[in-house]
Parts: sequence; structure tokens; C-alpha cells
Amino acid sequence: MAIFLQIPPGDLVSALGSDAATDALRVTAETTAIAMAAILLVGTPAAYWLATRRSRLRDVLVTLVELPLVLPPAVAGIGLLAAFARLGLLGGTFDALGLEIAFTKIAVVFAVVFVASPFYVRTAIAAFEGLDPALPGAARTLGAGPAKVFLRVALPLAAGGLGAGSALAFARAVGEFGATIMFAGSLQGVTQTLSTAIYEQFDADLDVALAIGALLVASSAVTLVSFKLLVRWRSDSRSPTLFAPSPPPSSSR
Amino acid sequence: MLRVIAGLLTPREGRVALGDRTWLDTVAGVDLPPERRRVGYLFQEYALFPHLDVLANVRFGARNGGTVEQLLERFRIAHLARARIGELSGGERQRVALARALATDPGVLLLDEPLSALDAHTKAAVRLELHELLRDLALPTVLVTHDFEDAAALADRVGVVVDGRILQQGTAADLVAMPADPFVASFTGATILEGVARPGPSGLTEVVLDRGGTVWSTDPGAGRVVLAVYPWEVSLSRDLSGDSAVNHVRAPIVTLVPVGNRVRARVGPLVAEVTTASAERLGLAVGEVVVASFKATATRVLPL
Repeated sequence: MAIFLQIPPGDLVSALGSDAATDALRVTAETTAIAMAAILLVGTPAAYWLATRRSRLRDVLVTLVELPLVLPPAVAGIGLLAAFARLGLLGGTFDALGLEIAFTKIAVVFAVVFVASPFYVRTAIAAFEGLDPALPGAARTLGAGPAKVFLRVALPLAAGGLGAGSALAFARAVGEFGATIMFAGSLQGVTQTLSTAIYEQFDADLDVALAIGALLVASSAVTLVSFKLLVRWRSDSRSPTLFAPSPPPSSSR
Repeated sequence: MLRVIAGLLTPREGRVALGDRTWLDTVAGVDLPPERRRVGYLFQEYALFPHLDVLANVRFGARNGGTVEQLLERFRIAHLARARIGELSGGERQRVALARALATDPGVLLLDEPLSALDAHTKAAVRLELHELLRDLALPTVLVTHDFEDAAALADRVGVVVDGRILQQGTAADLVAMPADPFVASFTGATILEGVARPGPSGLTEVVLDRGGTVWSTDPGAGRVVLAVYPWEVSLSRDLSGDSAVNHVRAPIVTLVPVGNRVRARVGPLVAEVTTASAERLGLAVGEVVVASFKATATRVLPL
């Protein structure tokens, strides 16, 4: 509320039209889109794989996936730098390929994927684990190979949970700050996202910072509402073979 | 067992084959995945896909569309083709599940407790339908049930499995006539009485029951035994009758439960089944003392 009361709506809109704000919006849209695509494409099969295994390796992998959740963002940033900076662990390899990662747009994507993916993968694992275990087996006896079971049974049934997980990951991605500013910096038009722009503009032009803040409040609200709707939709569409009440005997034959 | 046949579970050792096609042979290293075996599996809770309608469920594994139409007609679910699974009754769900399983043109049908998810009211009708279906299909079928009546009504051969081992197998009539052990006797509906047996006069065996009383049997036996008597072998009367039965128990009626056209009465340690007409003629009532009689030939003596 305070953000919206601080400046008049007209100034808010014109502040959003400033170069700093539009550049940040563009960078955020691009990097978030790429990061979310990567998280969904890799995270969904990975979550399914983890959800359908019972082994020590699985437990170790799940813990590794969850690690960024508890890691301070600054540690994530310095860790990514240590790995991908030119003199870092893997930096040499990328350098030889002519790829520079640190302080580029790729670095923003890396940082966002690193901190946001656990939100998606965790929710997705839970969604796949919540499926009636008889259904994949039934699909197999009906001639479906593992890929068809995943695409035609597991994926549509877990859709609500996957959507909710994406909403969480998206919220975290847009809000990503610490790891990004350490690993990618905050170069306007290149690596400056909405979140880092607030920090930079705070000194330069408070109105712009406030305007971006207002934009993020609105986007967060939309994300939260879609998350809630997805969770509700998921609980409605749960396997009715198990949860639907039996009809009275007279109606059955 | 059904999961092993279907390939959903791989046992440490074993062999599964249908005709000359081997599906699993742990010695030869053969283990076909479920989708390459030809099984029609009816799951206990039916495992229908809740995100698909009836038609899409049946079509999921179908070989060709024509069969799907025929199956929908045959199982009287054509009018439900666009219905969601959640809108169906228990009986309808089972018919959808059967249609879905048969749409793949399976070589064997696996039925996991096909009647247990139904209420008692629906059960009898579905059992009859299922019996006709199995007869028409003429497919090898493995049915798992905890209910001997279901097994007797639906199966040509019954195997009694305890702790993963087959205790006895044969026709339902074989199991009733010659239960191999106390569990089979009790599973097939017999009343079980424990006692000590010893050879008596004129070739009969005398069994002194733990709960008091003596019973004569034509079966041989000695030492600690179990005596099995089927309820339909026990007759009830007001007084000690002059019939040929040698075994009589005089006791009050503990419970009286109507079962279809019969009445099941618990008299002391015994259960007797008499027709409703006889029960009325005798004026049976809980608490009344009656005589339960059964012939020595109607008892089975089984070593404990």
C-alpha cells in the first residue's frame, strides 16, 4: 500500500516508461522466460524420475535439489562465480568454447535457474508422488510404454501441481536478487533485472524504483492468485475412483 | 500373483508363460515389460483414468476403434461414453474397467477382487453377469478373491493360497468334500471344532471336543484334530429325533441370521443352515433350546 500511496498514479506510469524501467522489464522477461523454459523442460522429467524411484541415490539427489532453498543467495552467487567465472572451476572450459558467462545475460539465467528450480522440482515431485499408484500400472497393462505413461497419464494428472510449482518458481525467479547481482552484476539493458533495478534506481530516481516496486507487487499478486486457483483445481480433480463417495445402491446395477 | 503375471512385479525366481509365449523366465533371463504381455487386468479399485471420459478410458489401449464401439454396447455403457469417471456408480465403473481391459484383445484376464468394491446389493447381480461374461469370453482367467462363494460361483478350479503358497487346489466341490487342512475347511464355510480323536467302536472315530461333548466321525484320526462340519449338514429339531444321525448337540440358539432363502442359526459351537420354511415350522427363536444333529459321515477329521 505504501508504495502506491508514495507517488501519484500518473507519475507511476511515466516512471515505468523510463529507459531504466523498460530495459529492466525486457531483461527480466527474457531471462525469466528462458530460465522457466529450462526449469520446466528439465525439471519435469527429473521430478517424475525422482518421484518414481525408491533408493538411497534418489534421497541424495532430492537433497541436492533442495539445497538452494536453504542456501543464502549471496553464497549461491559466489558459488556460481567460483564455478563459472573465467578463472573458476568450469570457466576455463566455457572460455575455450568462446563463451563468457559471468556478468552476461546467461549468468542471470543461471542464477535464476539455480535459485528458482527447487521450488518447481519439489512441488512437481510431490504432485507425481500424489498420483494413484495403480494408474501407471494400469496404463502399462493397456500397452503403454514408460514414455506414453508419462505423457498421457502422469503429466495430465499432475498438471495442477506442476502449474502450482511453476507459479512458485516464477515468483522466486522474478524476485531473484542476491545471486544475480553477485554473479551477473547490474548492467542496465544487459543484466539489470527489475529486482536489481529497484536497488540501483533507489539512489538515482526513487520514483522509478517505486514504480518497478508497484509493478512487482501487481505481478506477485497475480502469481499468488493463480497458485491458489491451481491448488484448488488440483484437489478437485484428484482421482475420483478413490475419493468420490459411492452412489446409493439403488442407482447402481 | 496377478502383478507378477502382468509384469508389474518381478519375482526373484519364477516362470510365466501363456501358450508357447514365455513372458518371464528368471533362469533364462526373459522378462517382458507389461506393455508387451497380453493381459487384461481388472484392478481392485478399477484404476480408471480420472482425467479421461469413459470413451477415452476404453480406447486407451484399444487395438482398433470398432472393438471399442462393440465393447461400449456390450457393457451397456455406450450412453456414458462422454461421462467423467467420477460421475459413475460402482457397477458402471466396473463395466468400464472390464471394457477397457478387453479392448486390448488380451490373451489372459486378471481379476483382482472384482466384487469387493461393490456393495452387497450390487454384488449378487454383478457376480451373475461376470459368470456369463467369463463363459462367453472363454479366456484363461485368474481371479483373486477372499470370498469362497465368489470363487465357487466364478471359477472352474480354485486354489487356496496362504502365505504365498497354494495349500490346496481343485474344483470348489472338491475343496468342500475333501478340505486338506483346517484353513481350507474354514475358508469353504465349515464350522471348525478342536478336539482329541481316538478310534472308537464299529470303525468310527470318537472325537472329544475341547469345548465339551463327543462327536463321532467316519473319518479316521488320532491325537489332536480339527473336526469340520458344514452348516448345511446340520439339521435342527425340537427333541432328540430318532433319525440316523449319531451326533447331537442340545444347546440354546445364540444367533439367527436370514441368508437368502435360508436361516443360519448358531447353536452352541455349531452353525446350522435350515430353510426359512423349516425355521418357521420349528418356531426358532434366539435363546430357545434346540437339538442340532449331523451324521458321522458329514464330518471331516483333519490333523492339526
